[in-house]
Amino acid sequence: MRTRSGVAIAAIGTALALGLSACAGGGGNTPPGQSGGGSAGAVKEEFNAALGKVYNPSKAKGGIVKMAHEGTWDSLDPGNTYYGYSFNFARLYGRTLVMFKPAPGAEGNTLVPDLAESLGETSDGGKTWTYKLRKGVKFEDGTEITSKDIAYSVARSFDKQVLPKGPSYLNELLDWPKDYKGAFKEPDRDISSAIETPDDYTIIFKLKAAFGSFDYIVQMPMTMPVPKAKDTGTKYQEHVIASGPYMFDKNEIGKSFSLKRNPNWDPATDPNRPALPDGFEVQLNVNADDIDNRLISGDVHLAVTGLGLQQAARTRVLNDPVLKARTDNAKLQRLWYLSVIPDIEPLNNIECRKAVLWAVDRTSVQRAYGGPNGGDIATGMIPPSLGGYKEISTYATPGNKGDINKAKAALAACGQPNGFNADISYRSERPGEKAFAEAVQQSLAKVGIKLTLKPFPDGDYFTLYAGKPDYVKQNKLGLAVNGWGSDYPETFGFLQAIADSRTIRDSGNYNLSIKIPEVDQKIDQVKGEADVAARDALWAEINQRIMDEAVTVPGVYAKSILMRGKGLTNLYVSDSQQMYDYVGVGVQQ
Amino acid sequence: MITYIIRRLIGAVIMLVIVSIVTFAIFFLVPRLVGATPESMASRYAGRTATAETQHLIAQRLGFYDPMPVQYGRFVKGLVVGAEYDTGTSVEKCPAPCFGYSYLTQQPVWPDLVDRSRVTFSLGVGAAVIWVIAGVATGVISALRRRSFFDRAAMGIALAGVSMPVFFTGMISLVFFSYYLGWTVPGGTYVDFTVDPFQWAYSLILPWVTLAFLFAAGYARLTRAGMLETMNEDYIRTARAKGLPERTVVVKHGLRAALTPIVTIFGLDFGLLLGGAVLTESTFSLNGLGKYAIEAIVSNDLPKVMGVTLLTAVFVVIANLIVDLLYAVVDPRVRLA
Amino acid sequence: MSANDTMPHLAVRDLSIHFPTDDGLVRAVDGLSFGLERGKTLGIVGESGSGKSVTSLGILGLHSGGNARLSGEIWLDGDELISAPPEAVRRLRGKKMAMIFQDPLSAMHPYYSVGKQIIEAYRIHNDVSKAAARRHAIDMLGRVGIPQPDRRVDDYPHQFSGGMRQRAMIAMALSCDPELLIADEPTTALDVTVQAQILDLMRDLQREFNSALIIITHDLGVVAELADDILVMYGGKCVEYGAAEDIFLTPEHPYTWGLLSSVPRLDREPTERLKPIKGAPPSLINIPSGCAFHPRCPYAAESGERAKEEVPPLAETATGGHLVRCHLSRARRREIWENDVKPILETT
Repeated sequence: MRTRSGVAIAAIGTALALGLSACAGGGGNTPPGQSGGGSAGAVKEEFNAALGKVYNPSKAKGGIVKMAHEGTWDSLDPGNTYYGYSFNFARLYGRTLVMFKPAPGAEGNTLVPDLAESLGETSDGGKTWTYKLRKGVKFEDGTEITSKDIAYSVARSFDKQVLPKGPSYLNELLDWPKDYKGAFKEPDRDISSAIETPDDYTIIFKLKAAFGSFDYIVQMPMTMPVPKAKDTGTKYQEHVIASGPYMFDKNEIGKSFSLKRNPNWDPATDPNRPALPDGFEVQLNVNADDIDNRLISGDVHLAVTGLGLQQAARTRVLNDPVLKARTDNAKLQRLWYLSVIPDIEPLNNIECRKAVLWAVDRTSVQRAYGGPNGGDIATGMIPPSLGGYKEISTYATPGNKGDINKAKAALAACGQPNGFNADISYRSERPGEKAFAEAVQQSLAKVGIKLTLKPFPDGDYFTLYAGKPDYVKQNKLGLAVNGWGSDYPETFGFLQAIADSRTIRDSGNYNLSIKIPEVDQKIDQVKGEADVAARDALWAEINQRIMDEAVTVPGVYAKSILMRGKGLTNLYVSDSQQMYDYVGVGVQQ
Repeated sequence: MITYIIRRLIGAVIMLVIVSIVTFAIFFLVPRLVGATPESMASRYAGRTATAETQHLIAQRLGFYDPMPVQYGRFVKGLVVGAEYDTGTSVEKCPAPCFGYSYLTQQPVWPDLVDRSRVTFSLGVGAAVIWVIAGVATGVISALRRRSFFDRAAMGIALAGVSMPVFFTGMISLVFFSYYLGWTVPGGTYVDFTVDPFQWAYSLILPWVTLAFLFAAGYARLTRAGMLETMNEDYIRTARAKGLPERTVVVKHGLRAALTPIVTIFGLDFGLLLGGAVLTESTFSLNGLGKYAIEAIVSNDLPKVMGVTLLTAVFVVIANLIVDLLYAVVDPRVRLA
Repeated sequence: MSANDTMPHLAVRDLSIHFPTDDGLVRAVDGLSFGLERGKTLGIVGESGSGKSVTSLGILGLHSGGNARLSGEIWLDGDELISAPPEAVRRLRGKKMAMIFQDPLSAMHPYYSVGKQIIEAYRIHNDVSKAAARRHAIDMLGRVGIPQPDRRVDDYPHQFSGGMRQRAMIAMALSCDPELLIADEPTTALDVTVQAQILDLMRDLQREFNSALIIITHDLGVVAELADDILVMYGGKCVEYGAAEDIFLTPEHPYTWGLLSSVPRLDREPTERLKPIKGAPPSLINIPSGCAFHPRCPYAAESGERAKEEVPPLAETATGGHLVRCHLSRARRREIWENDVKPILETT
């Protein structure tokens, strides 16, 4: 009762606060920057103005972009970070071998060379990758960046004891010497079996096995060069040596940091970054609802995590045409889905699993995530902006409302004509997942499948409950609500972690339902395939195969409501970042 | 008196040891009892999709494979004699009291605690001054003008103040005074006192008032009740019979006696507040101890949890001690009893 | 009217103190008149609720600020107090008129030392240094018989014994050398031996300071040796008033007779000493019609319906200045006193 009224009051409070800020901020389209940054005329505020195109295009330089973060940055150390927003933002202060093109929409999902002169070259079908570096690229201290700096940064990121948070793709893909412990513990070890630097401008990666989409791996920030002499291990995050157009000015871990222009960045060596603003200010640990209020009032320009407005602000903003015109409904490479675990009776029978897939009313699942603005109804496991995406019609029903007759027929075929009982788990702190579970519960009740809701704490969901095979089997947990987002905008980075059954461990699994040897085998095929079209065709087959096995119920391809602060220029959502592209953004003065 | 204080301090140390053991157990022992392995616990501090190898390495670095008493002993040793921390490129000295390094940010906890305490202390002191003055003054006037319009209005507002949560009043006032009127700075602004005392006060005025509103309400009600009681005491009649001006009677004789329970409550409130005004700090995005505690708990960052818990306990213990000593100052009957 | 030579130092004329409450009007004091010279002592006697304490607080002006309604006149040394501004009365309070309360433990502030409380009382009316006020306080404590006053001056009330506290209270009241001292049940909270000492002290000090003294008590025994005049109150009204020897030797009101029978005496067993008047004191909101005492008066029947319908006037008896408010004829009153009451009081 107490928490209920507390939540109610909080909701009213936020609504009132938003109402007030609407008064403050919604006074029409008065241009925030009076002088107008050069070419910028009257900006037309429009819903989705930064989707697929550039909002308020400008080449004018100057100004400071203010950003706010509701929590703490996992780490500013390029070798120790693993969030999408961090990958996006790190490109302001660091350069990688290749990078996503700073461009709106699908164009932003293409890779272009950055430190390298061209994309990776392989002569042996993807087992060896060679990059030639541009000359004259410098660190903030004026020393030239060489291939050795990149080799060192990869070798240091190998040490997961010191830098535990970054992706471990390169640890697994490269052919490291036996029992290698990383550059911190073994600074003098010969790692030429994994990385070779025949000269200062050439770096060669040697893989254990062929991997076709290696460029997608080296665009990640662990290949940002780190000068060995300036590396301070766990403390490097306090002063990262910049290679991009901006360098750190002030940096108080957990509170705030700011970037200023890097005098040693030469635009001639960098065709990709417009570097419009003079700097960035990022405030950390700001109350999430307060960030929304400040976006509305124009006090901050961008919410740096790029996850979109909070529930309270979202409802309010979407109902106010003036405020709605300042938002973009961006597609995320994120899927909310339901795992149907084939180890649990009677779901070990495919017909019973199919009954579940037929019965779920997908529109009610979409409502659970906020309706069409919250996401599109999903038909498969690959979100639309990734290679291999295809709408799958295997379980199509009229109006996506589910088909009770087909579900009952499947139940009969399964030998459970009257339905059965099962448990459904979700993360208790997540209202969307709770609503998802409840929607499924109601849908399945119509065909006689009675579900019991099993909420578990967020932090232990995968380690102790829904991701732990022993627990799932002992407690007969048949259905589990899950969400998944891509590591990097390529289908391998999205699907492999939740579709490859060989990754399943004793605990901490994100997937326990997709265990199809044929899928595992096709994933191996994808790895060795250097041709994009061929890879996409394989992914489409994998996607269809998973749906045929009826081990997951796709829910929605998630979308967020991103809000533009006031006075931004050159803003767009790129498909690779699934949020505003921080490399392109500018600000009016 | 001295022996009394020493006895209390020894008691306090024992209490802190118990608090630390309990906290340690909650965050370390209990998960193990319900089935967590060192690796699964370590996975919280890794990036997502950490491999088994990565989890193993982190568990090893954090010492999760050691027996529980050894892990606890290491923590206590760090507190008492300091510790050493491997940054990868060098070994850093962490002088006592070393609360260890955050599992997530790998930053030493103690400097953070000191830093965060300044914010919380600033918030608490300013708010306390406002709420004590406002609450007590309101309570006194209400009591003296019992059943007047002022009394009814003040007590009505006080009831609202007690029942309205800070995130409600805070968010409203932030939007109205900061974003709409532009009178105050936005949330998350904090200027240290040593940098600029005026900016310090200016940046904190809204959180102060918001927090003070919550407490002032309670103090007004408490003061009013206390004053109503003491103003009926015989010694008040004596004071009047001596020919003292009414002001002196009310303040020196009435309020002085009515303050005793307020001093007690204040000590406890303030001690707890120094442990972190969680809601106010969250609402106004002030990086104080309360927010630190939330971050620590949400991310299961044990060194931070231990640090903030122990520091809070220390504040509460000190506040209790001061209250007891203050009590003796306020009420001479306690002093010699 | 102005002060004239015939007016006593303290003159109370037709004083009424009423309190409007939600339940009705409380007539705590109704038409009270008396006078008192410096150096003389008046005993105001009555049960609790008879209005005697309200009267004393009324004289000191301690009802101001509350909702009391005062009417009549109170003259002190030529100044009328009821119509005077409260601030003027406050200046007189503690200086020209002072008061001693019943329970010295609750009447003294527990958080301040005895000395501080005396110093405060002294300095509010005398522009002297703290050090001088402290010397005065020590001196006063010495004069009320507190041993080692220079040491005890810094003690707190709870460190004093009951009798010492009352002495300290007296020292505080006398610190400004008041012309009028009102003692409200000064010995009730003390044990019997201490009572006598305090009463002796008050008599001595009154002589020394030549102040007018009003002793308020429910116990005629307390004022027997001290008072020059006695005023007996019942239901907010004066029922008998006269010189002390008249009241003790020839009391004429049945209520006074009752009070005399309930005087505690050292020579009697505690169990038989209390001979309370039957019945309860009247409600001051609903004072009985006619003679207020009639429901409890054993002789009310003799007056018939008059007792219930007519308020008896406060009439002079044969002795000059001896006033009684009773329907019984004077002869009948003498007869009852001599034949029924006096013999019982004198036996045992």
